[in-house]
Amino acid sequence: MGSDAIAFYLLGALAIGASLLVIAQRNPIYSVLLLIASFGALSGLYVLLDAPFVAVIQIIVYAGAIMVLFLFVVMLLNAPHEETEFDERVHPLLRPGPMRFGAFLALVLGAELWWALGRGGDTGAFPGGSVTSVAVIGKALFTDYAFQFEVTSILILVAMVGAVVLAKRDHPRDRRDRGGR
Amino acid sequence: MTPLLFGQIILTLFTFVALLSSAAAMVWVERRVAALLQQRRGPTRVGWQGLLQPFADVIKLMFKEELRPRAADPRLFALAPIISATAAFSAFAVVPFGASTTFFGLLKDPLKLQVSDVNVAVLVIFAIASMGVYGIVLAGWSSNSKYSLLGGLRSSAQMISYELSYGTALAGVLLVGHSTMSLTTIVDQQAGVWLGFIPRWFLFLQPLGFFIFMTAGIAETNRAPFDFPEAEQELVAGYHTEYSSMSFAMFFLAEYINMVTVSAVATDLYLGGWHGPWLPESLGWIWFLVKVGALLFFYVWMRWTLPRYRYDQLMAFGWKILLPLSVVNLLVTAAGVLYFGL
Repeated sequence: MGSDAIAFYLLGALAIGASLLVIAQRNPIYSVLLLIASFGALSGLYVLLDAPFVAVIQIIVYAGAIMVLFLFVVMLLNAPHEETEFDERVHPLLRPGPMRFGAFLALVLGAELWWALGRGGDTGAFPGGSVTSVAVIGKALFTDYAFQFEVTSILILVAMVGAVVLAKRDHPRDRRDRGGR
Repeated sequence: MTPLLFGQIILTLFTFVALLSSAAAMVWVERRVAALLQQRRGPTRVGWQGLLQPFADVIKLMFKEELRPRAADPRLFALAPIISATAAFSAFAVVPFGASTTFFGLLKDPLKLQVSDVNVAVLVIFAIASMGVYGIVLAGWSSNSKYSLLGGLRSSAQMISYELSYGTALAGVLLVGHSTMSLTTIVDQQAGVWLGFIPRWFLFLQPLGFFIFMTAGIAETNRAPFDFPEAEQELVAGYHTEYSSMSFAMFFLAEYINMVTVSAVATDLYLGGWHGPWLPESLGWIWFLVKVGALLFFYVWMRWTLPRYRYDQLMAFGWKILLPLSVVNLLVTAAGVLYFGL
């Protein structure tokens, strides 16, 4: 087994292990940190795939920027322990809404995985060769994929405006509801 | 083991020790320069001119009791300083500090004076810097103290805000440097002179970018006048209020090493790295040290000259002045490269 294979299995095990631990934690802060560890392992896998740019972007955007915001929210909500509103003795599939929906999603994911793994075929190297050069990625992004790129940025802009509108909403009706605070 | 691999291992260890000693040296410089600016003498007792003072400080810290508040989260409380120090050390791994050398014929193949030459080095520094935030945020949260939490929150808000300007200023250099992200290539493009006497530093092509980079760099390293995470008058000591002994020392170490890294990156990006007159290429690291030293002196000078901003001023400055300026800088640079082909 080459050093690449060893690194692959180590990083893969780390990514899966950390992801499993994310949902096994009671304290959301630990969940956030384990998710960061999982992202770090994924980034290592990208390096093995000869895509250092994607690996670094994974760290900067996901592990760096987005997870800091998650951590922020969890810290400020100050919710050290998950509160369960349902009866723990009931079977998971019989519990109210969110649980059933989660079980449904897990089923769908399992079916998709089974289908995708059974299909075979499209594996192997990326047709365009390894994408190591930032210049190549930039050129592709702003020429071939310019439309998709712009649409994505508009989507993010809309989400941003939406967040500001929701956070800033301060109608007289809302003030009355809060008991004249 | 090939001589080159052996050389690489020695180089890695050497860089580690050099960073440690640069932090020790900075402690001494900080105290002596502060004293100079305040018309007193500073530490002079331990060793010649107080040069051994940092070692006395470290020994003192080692013998202090390691305290932990009872309400703190024990695992994260222990992890936070480790994250800070690790991020600080690993960022320097991609910073080149000299031209390739064979050590006067000692090695057959030349060895790069850089722990690891990555082709996306500029982004790697960014990624590691964004990991360093976690050390401070977790320290603030896990201490379970209001001052620590406020310090940690302030620091994350500050670092996220200034990272934007930092990155946009950097993009200007990437444009001028023919879109390469390897620091070694960027440095080599700055060799030589214009008109016979002006060095071809990117500082002269990107004066505004350099200003933004250094300002955002000071904010990123939480140094005065942007040292809000530990604003003494308001937050006792901010995120490291509850830390003592060696875990405090690790935060301290991380702060100084981050300063050295930012100065080294600025030297590579804007000040021509190891290129300079009179010295042969193999002794270029002397120029590198001189330039980094000058930037570090500037850091210390700023700290003891300028008072701290108010927190709202910091945010307004970051978002309303520095970020628009860096976008303008990027647009002007892009237009210049497009029409004049610098």
